[in-house]
Amino acid sequence: MSRWHKAALVGNPNAGKSALFNALTGARQKIANYPGVTVERRGGRMILPNGAPIELTDLPGSYGLQATSPDEEVTRKVILGELAGEPAPDVLVIVLDASNLEQHLVFAQEVIALGKPTVVALNMIDLAERDGLVLDPKALSNALGVPVIPTVAVRRRGLTELGEAITQAEGHAGDAPHPRARLDLAERRMEAHAIADGVIISESAKHRLHSRMDDVLLHPWIGPVFLLGLLFVVFQAVFAWAAPLQDGLEGFVGLISDAVKGAMAPGLLRDFLTDGVMAGVGAVVVFLPQIIILFFFILVLEATGYMARAAFLMDRMMAGVGLSGRSFIPLLSSFACAVPGIMATRSITDPKDRLTTILIAPLMTCSARLPVYAVIIAAFIPNRPVGVVGLQGLVLFGLYVFGIVGAMVVALILRRSVTKGAASGFIMEMPKYQLPRLRDLGLGLFQRGWIFLRRAGTIILQVNIVLWLLLNFPQAPKGQDQVDASFAGHIANGLAVALKPIGFNRDIALALIPSMMAREVAVSSLATTYAVAAGDDDTTAHQLSAQLQKHWSLPTALAFLAWFVFAPQCISTIAVTRRETNGWKWPGFMLAYLFALAYVFAGITYWSAVALGF
Amino acid sequence: MPDSVMTLDMLPVGKNARIVAVDWAALVEEEALRLRALGVDVGSKLSVSHRGVFGGADPLALRVGRMTVALRRAHARAMQVTLLENGLESGQ
Repeated sequence: MSRWHKAALVGNPNAGKSALFNALTGARQKIANYPGVTVERRGGRMILPNGAPIELTDLPGSYGLQATSPDEEVTRKVILGELAGEPAPDVLVIVLDASNLEQHLVFAQEVIALGKPTVVALNMIDLAERDGLVLDPKALSNALGVPVIPTVAVRRRGLTELGEAITQAEGHAGDAPHPRARLDLAERRMEAHAIADGVIISESAKHRLHSRMDDVLLHPWIGPVFLLGLLFVVFQAVFAWAAPLQDGLEGFVGLISDAVKGAMAPGLLRDFLTDGVMAGVGAVVVFLPQIIILFFFILVLEATGYMARAAFLMDRMMAGVGLSGRSFIPLLSSFACAVPGIMATRSITDPKDRLTTILIAPLMTCSARLPVYAVIIAAFIPNRPVGVVGLQGLVLFGLYVFGIVGAMVVALILRRSVTKGAASGFIMEMPKYQLPRLRDLGLGLFQRGWIFLRRAGTIILQVNIVLWLLLNFPQAPKGQDQVDASFAGHIANGLAVALKPIGFNRDIALALIPSMMAREVAVSSLATTYAVAAGDDDTTAHQLSAQLQKHWSLPTALAFLAWFVFAPQCISTIAVTRRETNGWKWPGFMLAYLFALAYVFAGITYWSAVALGF
Repeated sequence: MPDSVMTLDMLPVGKNARIVAVDWAALVEEEALRLRALGVDVGSKLSVSHRGVFGGADPLALRVGRMTVALRRAHARAMQVTLLENGLESGQ
């Protein structure tokens, strides 16, 4: 065989495609982008029951071949084999939600009419049964003229049978397609209605759990209050639950560092390993627990179907600044990371809406800012209880709110100036509520955590090595300050002139340069800088908190926090914005307006704090 | 029964209705496409299950068949519905 055969999962959004994909491929999957576009491509290897591997792709959810969003455009092009660099799949696996048959059959008929080897997975059949629906898969198979396999992805039911059906269909992979009569949308809908009627054996009017849940969660008063409470719990948890894990990781990094110190002779190489590599990378890696916890909540909210309810509840407020509830999902994802957040804007159909959402996404407090906030808050804000919550948690929450309010004001201004246009709409399907599956959650968390660690191991490590070199050369004569004598010190001294009015010292200027790569680098840079400056004898050299308290005033620390609410210091965000907007104009605009806001607000914070006598 | 014809945004929560006419010209093309893809079209049976937050009227959640679809009042205003008599049975 010259290449593996390819199969693709096709279906409406919320048909349970991703869960089926995970069940079929396990951990053997690769997430990348389609060539030339920024739609996420999920591919993986599936082993068929006869032992042969096949390449399986999870196509973006689609309502029809007539595309209304970039996601649907990709699905259409891949199915028709029109996407350059992406061979057409040999077998199409249509995924149908068993309890939403009438709706999902509309698109299914359109795909089957192409005449390619096709298999239908009648998915989530257990949920349909829970709702009191009894279906006849044979009747569906007869009506559609293709094999129909009942599946329950989350319980791995029907997977072998599906594999066998794919194997059989694959046998016809080389055949020329036999296109069938194409019906228009109205005809397909009538046909879907008729087919669904014939397939449903019985339907009891069981009271459906999720409409009762909606009565509470979409309640005009209880719903928004619940959402706000939920968001508050998430942010408290990110700070509180992660603390013990973080202390553990910190201790572990310290142990390794001490072991290296004990095992090696003093010298530049040992300093390089402990001050350059471990102080730097270690300072970032300890934030893994917080990032995992934040992503845990976001993945759970998505998997349960609550995210769409949150969009519904937020639509009114988003409409107030000229956006729609659809923007809420990308913006909420941006709390984890602006990169997937900006990529998630592809589901927004209105281009002006989408651009506005992209431009304000970096104002959502992403997980990379957590290390920065956490270090500064831990060093400067006393851990005092305020009512039932801690002052530290409250300050963190305040920074999140600051970012959100800033984003809303910016959106309001942008929608009346640079992204002016007709008011946008909000049309969205609310998926059924579902219990998230631990395996899918675990897989999602592992993928996110791995991306973070890989970044720490590559970009952040490289940046830190360069910074360490710049900090240590040329070597200062005895008795002089090493940082002042170094290359990095000279660069930072220049930049510090511009940053002095807003209360930033030379060390901050030094940290800001490499943290253009990623915000969390600021922490590792500060750690490296103070470790170099302190030298070997200082026992507190590796306790960043103590170093910060020694070198920074409270107004400086607060100004630094305000700076990071706005500063677009993330090369990945800039890159993804360039890709999503097809040019340098909008990332350039984003950089300019965010740095301007960062400078202004850090300045206001610094001078207010000084005036108040902090 | 012309007296029971109203625009969808006026339909009381929980009452079943059928769409009898849609002013597609009042909608943006992509939105019209999306609504039709979601099964919101002339002839569809539906009911309003939720509307608005904090006492506002926007957005609306519709039950269409076994699906829940959210849309804005502006979209609902472009649709004429007629009340269906047996209010208990919801779509198919």
